[in-house]
Amino acid sequence: MGKWTRRAFIGAGSLVGGGFVLGVAGITLAPGRHSLVSDDAAEKGELTTWITVTPDNFTTILVPHCEMGQGSQTALAMMAAEEMEADWDLVRINEAPALDAYANAYLLRAFTGDPFPAPIGRAIDYGAYRLASWFGTQVTGGSMAVRGTGFGMCVAGAAAKEMLLAAAAERFGVPVSECTAAESRVTHAASGQSASFGELARAATAIPVPPHPALKDPDTYTLRRTARQRFDIPPKVDGSVTFGIDFTLPGMLYAAVDIAPVQGGKLVSVDPGPAENMPGVKQVVQLEEAVAVVADSYWQARQALGKLSPVYDDAGHGNVSSASIFAAFDESLGDPPDMPTDAATVITADYRVPFLAHATMEPMACTARVEGDQAEVWAGTQDPLNARSMAASALDFDASQVKLTNLPLGGGYGRRLPFTFDYVQLAVRIARAASPAPVKMVWSRENDIQHDFYRPAAMSRFAGALDGQGRPLAVASYYAGGGNAEAVFMPYAIADRRDDARDAAHHIRTGEWRSVLNSQHGFFKESFIDELAHAAGKDPYRFRRDLMGDHPRHRAVLDRAAAMADWDSPLPAGEGRGIAICESFGSIVAQVAHVAVSPAGDLRVPRVWVAVDCGDVVNTDTATAQMEGGVIFALSAAMVGEITIEGGRIAESNFGDHLMIRMADAPDVKVEFIRSNAWLGGLGEPSVPPVAPAVTNAIHAATGIRVRDLPIKNQDLSRA
Amino acid sequence: MAITLEVNGRTRSVDVDPQTPLLWVLRDTLGLTGTKFGCGMAACGACTVHLDGRAVRTCTLPVSAAEGASITTIEGLAQDGTLHKVQQAWIDNQVPQCGYCQSGMIMAVSALLEQRPDPSDEQIDAAVTNVCRCGTFVRIRRAIHAVARETAGEEVRDG
Repeated sequence: MGKWTRRAFIGAGSLVGGGFVLGVAGITLAPGRHSLVSDDAAEKGELTTWITVTPDNFTTILVPHCEMGQGSQTALAMMAAEEMEADWDLVRINEAPALDAYANAYLLRAFTGDPFPAPIGRAIDYGAYRLASWFGTQVTGGSMAVRGTGFGMCVAGAAAKEMLLAAAAERFGVPVSECTAAESRVTHAASGQSASFGELARAATAIPVPPHPALKDPDTYTLRRTARQRFDIPPKVDGSVTFGIDFTLPGMLYAAVDIAPVQGGKLVSVDPGPAENMPGVKQVVQLEEAVAVVADSYWQARQALGKLSPVYDDAGHGNVSSASIFAAFDESLGDPPDMPTDAATVITADYRVPFLAHATMEPMACTARVEGDQAEVWAGTQDPLNARSMAASALDFDASQVKLTNLPLGGGYGRRLPFTFDYVQLAVRIARAASPAPVKMVWSRENDIQHDFYRPAAMSRFAGALDGQGRPLAVASYYAGGGNAEAVFMPYAIADRRDDARDAAHHIRTGEWRSVLNSQHGFFKESFIDELAHAAGKDPYRFRRDLMGDHPRHRAVLDRAAAMADWDSPLPAGEGRGIAICESFGSIVAQVAHVAVSPAGDLRVPRVWVAVDCGDVVNTDTATAQMEGGVIFALSAAMVGEITIEGGRIAESNFGDHLMIRMADAPDVKVEFIRSNAWLGGLGEPSVPPVAPAVTNAIHAATGIRVRDLPIKNQDLSRA
Repeated sequence: MAITLEVNGRTRSVDVDPQTPLLWVLRDTLGLTGTKFGCGMAACGACTVHLDGRAVRTCTLPVSAAEGASITTIEGLAQDGTLHKVQQAWIDNQVPQCGYCQSGMIMAVSALLEQRPDPSDEQIDAAVTNVCRCGTFVRIRRAIHAVARETAGEEVRDG
């Protein structure tokens, strides 16, 4: 990697001066974030930070996000290629390496959209980049890749096209306004001249990168809004993809670990003797909170680890259980919220959801080599720059002493986000002990289930009031376990709406779990509105709909889901439909679940209909896939998912007691998108929150039983 | 102790503890990392390979029990550079998301279709019990039926 220059702008560095706040001059003169290229850009055909065109006429798009199956690498390439007018068959992608130069700069756009005059927007993007590179952030999460970085990819593609057009005009000796780009060629129709992007690229690199090129009219899209195959799928069907756990080096050793079972606990003592004489064992490594065995093979390391009897302390949390945590929540919530005294009807309800594990199919794994004051790390992460700095801090190194290579992730769902890189930190500490040999640390499934950053358990206490005509006067909640404005938002016109956090602390390590706080609050609020509809004696779909006058996008999505499901058609006894709608990560998702409950109480969910307004869709097929997958991921949680605490530690240990639905329980999922042309919304997470309430509302419709505590498997649904 | 295995049509000799699960021999001794570790208790199916054409979970199968059998892993499923029709259907239907479970899925499904070329949904549910955390089941089912239709079409043409 050569040194970095800002070709479009000379002297920006001195103006921004290493600070992060751009003054008036900085706003006027800030470089386009997409104009940072290496000093050998001409040789490489590097047109912008993200786009390189080689003489063979291939366009390579560098994508600053990881791939964990969500398909955003392909979607981002589509956005750049659309603006650039590149031939999709001549497009390749590479994941941007873990270098400060590729820090996230555009994520802010997920929230701001692009309402700014061009120089201001450019300054915002550049300022965001300076901040991101200073913090070392290259995160893939929050359903932000396409709706945030996508904007930057469009700008980069449009800039590349303008440069290629300018190079062509010079070469043809014609005005640039008479040249057109299509299918990776620039043509001057009047003179019949044309040249491929590959032929023009080198000359185009000499042209200043336009800081704010014009973007296409969406009505002229030819690539976006179509279904394109993902780049990452072919190596996933023949076993050739190298996930983090698959990475191998010559002479590599393997490590198995045992970690203090109560989070915060420390290793008190361990006799390494029983492991040291086992075949293949190189070393027993004692760490503050764990013990590891390093051996010639992973199986040898596992076998030897099993011979040890480490003693840990419980950090004073030995009496904590799920029951004690929920009892503390209950106490902190206190009396239900006050309701208007003139209400005709007041109802109250408590809801509880458990801790949840991510349970990525690839257990946490990391390979590291520490030699002197340098370290090299290979792992699958959702933020390679943050993982690099966390590896460095575990070794007391500077980030510049660590090189990290990010590898495809065998599932993320929020488990591998910033500041959750305990597995990377463990691996580098073990590798330091085994230095200079490289070590691959692989977690057992038990390690993985018991040392997660869990979806927080939460509890909510709702009260609602209706007038004499069954119209809601007030809805209010107290909640424990975390929440935010997005998670508690209801798109209903209710004059008196209140939500208040009343938290009770515990020692269980929590983190972001696909849809973050929305999976808990989606269940709470969309269950309660359903209960209120029943209290009012109204159809739950129409009750919601009638309150959505101020939210036409929500109403359109709700209507679409109800129409897809043929909401009013009759069902046999023991079957029912439930509806729910949640807005999260900029997208509105309504779902109808169809359930069947046998007299013995066995639950089946044969169908889920999903209507989505995410503004517009980039890759129609991956968008649909994210909706389908999110529904099934969330249905696992709703039906059978739970992490329970006993004696301060996690009771579940492997797939025998940590349950997930499989083929036989997976519903057919039908998905439709509504194009509202709002700013793009995310798609990785927003199909998760409505699932649990849609299903439990359907159970109520089928049986009259109201499920207020998840998972559903713990509830008796039988009818005498 | 040396154990002789037949993996993807090649004879391989490995010097490991005979109790070592076949999974770790494939991955760490033979470098065939397409077969995945998921649970270590034969509960998720990520480690599925074919043993004499039968789908077998290898994370609990001692390597000694595979001696003398013909082992096919995901790396050996394609023939002469042509993907197995299940692999092709996985691309055509864009089945994988993270992809980690899909080696095992493809091995389980290809063994099922060998036994039952046109399985019913119930037979699919009973035979394919692997875990996919990304939730690709909708597309797995669609892809299985697509392969069955394609096979039926071939038989009619060959007919």
